[in-house]
Amino acid sequence: MGTLSVGSLLEGCQSKPAPLADAGATVDIAGRQDFEIARDKELAAATFFDAHERATITLIADLILPRDAKSGNASDAGVPAFIEFIVKDEPVHQLPMRGGLRWLDIQCLNRYGKDFIDCTPAQRTAMLDDIAYPMKAKPEMQQGVVFFNKMRDLAAIGFFTSKMGIEDLGYKGNSPGKWEGVPLEVLKQYGLEGV
Amino acid sequence: MQLIQSSTVYDVVIIGSGAGGGMAGYVLANAGIQALMLEAGPFFDPARDSQQLKWSYQSPRRGGNATRALGDFDAAYGGWQIDGEPYTQKEGSEFQWFRARMLGGRTNHWARIALRMGPKDFKCRTSYGVGDDWPITYDEIRSYYDRVDKLIGVYGSMEGLENDPDGIFLPPPKPRLNELFVKKAAKGLGIPVIAGRGAVMTAPLPGNTDRQACFFCGQCNRSCKIYGDFSSSSCLVIPAIKTGNLTVRTNAVAREILTDTNGQATGVSYISKDDMQEYQVKAKVVILAASTCESARILLNSRSSAHPNGLANASNAVGKYLHDSTQGGGAAILPQLLGRPRFNEDGVGSLHLYAPWWLDNKKLDFPRGYHLEVFGGMWMPGYGGYFGFEGQIVPYLNGYLPGADGKPKAGGGYGLSLKEDYRRFYGTMAGIGCHGTATAREDNYCEIDPGVVDKFGIPVLRFRYKWTSDEINQARHMQETSMAIVKTMGGISLGPPAGPETNYGLDKPGKGIHEVGTVRMGDDAKKAPLNKWGQAHDCKNLFVTDGSVFTQQSEKNPTLTILALSMRTTEYLIRQRKQYNI
Repeated sequence: MGTLSVGSLLEGCQSKPAPLADAGATVDIAGRQDFEIARDKELAAATFFDAHERATITLIADLILPRDAKSGNASDAGVPAFIEFIVKDEPVHQLPMRGGLRWLDIQCLNRYGKDFIDCTPAQRTAMLDDIAYPMKAKPEMQQGVVFFNKMRDLAAIGFFTSKMGIEDLGYKGNSPGKWEGVPLEVLKQYGLEGV
Repeated sequence: MQLIQSSTVYDVVIIGSGAGGGMAGYVLANAGIQALMLEAGPFFDPARDSQQLKWSYQSPRRGGNATRALGDFDAAYGGWQIDGEPYTQKEGSEFQWFRARMLGGRTNHWARIALRMGPKDFKCRTSYGVGDDWPITYDEIRSYYDRVDKLIGVYGSMEGLENDPDGIFLPPPKPRLNELFVKKAAKGLGIPVIAGRGAVMTAPLPGNTDRQACFFCGQCNRSCKIYGDFSSSSCLVIPAIKTGNLTVRTNAVAREILTDTNGQATGVSYISKDDMQEYQVKAKVVILAASTCESARILLNSRSSAHPNGLANASNAVGKYLHDSTQGGGAAILPQLLGRPRFNEDGVGSLHLYAPWWLDNKKLDFPRGYHLEVFGGMWMPGYGGYFGFEGQIVPYLNGYLPGADGKPKAGGGYGLSLKEDYRRFYGTMAGIGCHGTATAREDNYCEIDPGVVDKFGIPVLRFRYKWTSDEINQARHMQETSMAIVKTMGGISLGPPAGPETNYGLDKPGKGIHEVGTVRMGDDAKKAPLNKWGQAHDCKNLFVTDGSVFTQQSEKNPTLTILALSMRTTEYLIRQRKQYNI
């Protein structure tokens, strides 16, 4: 079997049409086992986060990985969609993410009378500063630290495994060629010519 | 349900299509012998089915391991657990059993590390005072190693080491930048690091037009579309099918080997996963190569009045002497590589550098030894798989090293400065994997669990496996070596040293995926199931050609030896047929 569009894969499905963000994108199913194809289809069709959670995730991911001269931000790289998928693929993340987002909103509600997304940029920064530095964070912020660690990991994985992120890191491989060893000027830079 | 008996009598039926079964099928097919091969999984042709050259973002889980145990692009179908096909443990054992169910078995995804066992390894008891000697010597298997090298293509360097024999080598790949730091540090500690030895065609293979030379994507674990590395599927089974002499039946799960009243093998009974019916095929000879533990399981389940204890088990040794490599090691970030230059550093998907065992055991508190596998470089950023994304440790390490501006800062963070840290840390990891010898022991074994069957109704295996102080002391030494190398190269270790409560980081048994020994060879029929040709002592038309035949492993990865032994056994079988002995 070669490539099939996700759309045609879903055609035979009797349930309601899947809310696929990237419907029509081609998925290469050569070498994929039947249960893998079915599982991916099922996960893509399901929704875990509600609109508010997704908006919060998007906002935090963009604060973790903002736009700069070299690349776009987390949303530009499709990070929120990746996080939505991976928590369904690895359900171990679901409770810590859902509960963590709620923890964050309650913190903001108590401090500023608003959910995180309705806070001012300065309020959001003050909130994140309390949970983004594990060694400095106060003991009562520990649950927030645990949430933010996971959020940051998932955002970074989503970003740096995207096309944009891989280009940003400068990975040059995955293209047929001839490996001739480390370039001589690099060996010289590190004093490894004779090793 | 139906029992479907075939009237065809094959010359040989082979159970399994991995290194041992594939080589047997290849040798038989090229000798004009009609053979049937049973494989429990589906057909797999790397040219069509490999996930090679896919980018991380072409997987919705970015290469994560929720559906494939070793990552979404890894070639292996199966994993540590298979739905409906359990295995159980006894006495607190935690044996881990990796099963690949597919044409070519685990050779589709293995690391292609191709090391010969040495003269002392075949004489374990004589050389080291532990375990048992093999019934054969290095000199008896040497010519088969030579022919395997020429057939499959193995790179390496000529070193002239006594117990790490050279092969017939293609040129080795050059080291990656990070690996050179490891080599330099190890050398300073008196550990000789040499070129790796791998079954990857770094150059065209003389006389072979079916396979193309490696194009250096570093993705051997995904299997190779141009057959640039060795898999049993691409290099043995598929060419054997093309001769017209080998028939392969996929999705065929062997239940038992059938015998007549004289105790001779008459065929195999199996379940087809395609129609869930029961089949029986007849053959003059049976070759068993279902993998070390699965082969023991099939023999123990093949009970009859002639073999009340299970087939080939008059010795009562089937399932016993199970042993897997020890595994340890360490990894570090090299601060001197922060912001390192970028270039295509994929190389090959096997070893670039390694250190054969270099010490004298007389001065140590454990027998045998281990080798070092060196790794490091700029891999494709991906989630899961053999190497996780090193970015995950950036928000912890950035508090230990000065930032790009030279100033210290708190670890963690977010925003532009963190984004820059991910870039700076990319490609700075290097490490050492240690793989050592465990001694085969009668009290480490698998057996039939009397109370559990799988979804096909086949009784399952139960494991009993404990490391001894020999392996634990070896693991402590592995850790000391790794830490010394990390320190010497100025690295920041990615984890604190493991203490005695975790056996100094010694992996659970089975995790090495080098398990061998459950159907061992030995001259004494009262002590071993197989003679020195891999032929059952108590069933002359039954041969075993997988890792189960090992009398005693070494610190060398077993696949090359399985290939050489399978070639030797199959050629012996052909000679016996010609002499009408079987």
